[in-house]
Amino acid sequence: MNPLQSILILAAAFLAVFGEAAFPLLRHWLGAQVDLLPGLMVYTALNADIVTVSLLATLGGLWFDALSANPLGVSILPLFAIGFVIYLQRELILRELPFAQFILGAAASAAAPAMCVLLLLTGGQQPLLGWGSLWQWLVMTAGGAVATPILFEFFHWCQHALGYQPRTETSFRPDREIRRGKL
Amino acid sequence: MLKKKHYLALGVVVLAALLIFSLPQRATGRLKLAVSSLFLPLFGLLNTAQQLPVAAADIVMPRSALLREVGELQRDQQQFRIQMMQAAATAQENDQLRALIGWQRQTQWKLKLANVVMRDPANWWRTVQIDLGSRDGVRENLPVLTADGLVGRVSSVGLTRSQVILIGDPYCRVSALVENPAHDVGIITASGPLDSSLVELTYLSGNAVLKPGQNVVTSGEGGIYPRGIPIGQIVDSQTVEFGLYTEARVKLAANLGALEQVWVILNPQVNP
Repeated sequence: MNPLQSILILAAAFLAVFGEAAFPLLRHWLGAQVDLLPGLMVYTALNADIVTVSLLATLGGLWFDALSANPLGVSILPLFAIGFVIYLQRELILRELPFAQFILGAAASAAAPAMCVLLLLTGGQQPLLGWGSLWQWLVMTAGGAVATPILFEFFHWCQHALGYQPRTETSFRPDREIRRGKL
Repeated sequence: MLKKKHYLALGVVVLAALLIFSLPQRATGRLKLAVSSLFLPLFGLLNTAQQLPVAAADIVMPRSALLREVGELQRDQQQFRIQMMQAAATAQENDQLRALIGWQRQTQWKLKLANVVMRDPANWWRTVQIDLGSRDGVRENLPVLTADGLVGRVSSVGLTRSQVILIGDPYCRVSALVENPAHDVGIITASGPLDSSLVELTYLSGNAVLKPGQNVVTSGEGGIYPRGIPIGQIVDSQTVEFGLYTEARVKLAANLGALEQVWVILNPQVNP
């Protein structure tokens, strides 16, 4: 794990939150805005260290709440809970498989808004809920599921383009070189 | 398995979340504005990018089309001036009549145009942010509207931006009056989370006679919205709680899904 990857993850979270607030096209078409932070958290929990997971949960949650009418900090705990659970189980997860990424993205995108709404209700808030919320939840789950493998691909590409490449081993060994003499 | 590092991360994040939760509302509001101001450069960039096609279109627009448009605007302006003279005479007459019967004099609204810069990323709130703040004279609870009708009210104010709660959000309740012979009064509340063009008009009297298409306007009660701002039209109605009161669905006059510019009333005169 290099610092560049952590910076890239946090920059992606910042841009994701900005995009969700500035481009409401999906909301016009489907009636719900897709949240990319849970998918990003899945990638981070599977590929980064616990410090990056904590930073993404704290900063991502703060950025999201700052642009929304949520009480500040309410999105931090759901994001961290998702990241922490996946991080602890990451040795058992086939992280390279797109299907596994899809399922994890769906589960995270379903759990994050549900936990957030539960926290809001526990805090005495009155979010806008109804039967239509089920449709919104499905859209968020499906959107997050589709976005997660794309995020994995994007970060692999970034790592390939910006990070140091692993040194390739050649079969050439100087100590085994046959040096020809004059004769 | 959990290691010391994991416990530490868990503790730090939970502590940070609890600390932010326990902050006083005023401090949270300030922190929220400070955090959201990090996005200002991006919103500025987006605004510039959105203006580029308009600027490009302006450059390639032929002079004849511009002159034709100017001519039309001048004609409209003359028409509006005549209408304004007539309205001024009516207002003067209205003031004289109000003075005769001892009613409070009505003041003209001071309006300020604002651009909608972003929408709430969470699906369970209906709010937008506008590019006017306290330095423009905006303060909390000022009514916000478009030429079509009521949009909502200002809920929090920063130096250069403000948050507007849209009508249909659970925290935006409006006292509304139906323009029927009985002038029934009810409360506009949220409806479903999917359709932002419909809201519920509730707590109307049990024997209210409502017909689809009847206009609904603000009643002027409640201390925030002046009387007579169009809200929408009745779609359908039903009696609830065994005829105790009537509920109606109202189609909003303003298109909340496509808000780009809104007007803030800086001097609303309302009954408390």
